[in-house]
Amino acid sequence: MNCIIIDDEATARAIIGQLCTNVKSLNVLEEFPNAIQAIKFLNQNEVDLIFLDIRMPDFTGFDFIETLKNPPKIILTTSDANFAIQAFEYDCIVDYLVKPITPERFQKAIQKAETMSPKVVATSASDKEVASSGNDLYVNIDRRLIKIDIPSIYLVEAKGDYIHVKTEDKNYTVHSTLKKIEDKLPEDLFLKVHRSFIINIKKIIDIEDNSVLIKKDVIPVSRSNRPELMKRLNLL
Amino acid sequence: MEQPNLSYIQSMSGGDKVFEQKLIDIIKIEFPEEKEVYYANYTSKDFKQAAENVHKLKHKISILGLEKSYEIAVAFEENLLEGNTNLNDQFESILNTITNYLKQL
Repeated sequence: MNCIIIDDEATARAIIGQLCTNVKSLNVLEEFPNAIQAIKFLNQNEVDLIFLDIRMPDFTGFDFIETLKNPPKIILTTSDANFAIQAFEYDCIVDYLVKPITPERFQKAIQKAETMSPKVVATSASDKEVASSGNDLYVNIDRRLIKIDIPSIYLVEAKGDYIHVKTEDKNYTVHSTLKKIEDKLPEDLFLKVHRSFIINIKKIIDIEDNSVLIKKDVIPVSRSNRPELMKRLNLL
Repeated sequence: MEQPNLSYIQSMSGGDKVFEQKLIDIIKIEFPEEKEVYYANYTSKDFKQAAENVHKLKHKISILGLEKSYEIAVAFEENLLEGNTNLNDQFESILNTITNYLKQL
């Protein structure tokens, strides 16, 4: 099995690398100190197995899994046993190793990986240009995953195969659909007011008959969406 | 106080002395860096980040066979997330013990 190791700690990468050398069926292709570098590698290469740390700065192991369209088998390696339940929500995760990893426990994990049928796909991570995690939204722009603070978004506009995401600080153009981002945004904060627009209802400045003013943008409100918009407002 | 040892590293290496030395060299580089980041965050009272640093450091504590110290680090990490610094003296003592041990290797 061709594998890679992702861990921000060099000591951990060295240990896992050493454990791999004792298993003939394993071939370590690369090691990465962060998930972003690994994503770039995986865009060009196929692997059978990933040894993945969970707690890494900026981009966690779970964030990483959510970016993979067809995740390979994954063995989580972590110093924290508290993520075990969350880990097994993903079909691609074969095993969960708590550091310090012993050779015996490592062998067991590899046996599990070898017996598991190939190409099991994560249940919650398919076909995403947009992935959310708590208050953050990760968007894929030029093969980089950019984090956006969800409450700072005030407008999303559909433009053909792309969406424009406007925030307090910056605007983003993402190859995705309004439907996909709508599924990722909290319903209590966002509302689709037109087939091409989702707005953050907390950012509304005023409303006219068939339009809302958000920042400097005047956004049309379709007749069918207007009742829901009115229902969501705290009207006097 | 318990003392660091190389039992885990030796169990990993299967007698491969080159690997043992390689791992020790990595720890000698990485541990002081992680320790400094921890001290900086703790001093500036960024306890959430300090807890993250403890999380990383505790792996090295376990690698060096410090089982009781590891338990202290686990508790300290949780305490820091709640802004509780009670175990800091004990944790810093563990860091000093490791620092002295690594100097001898």
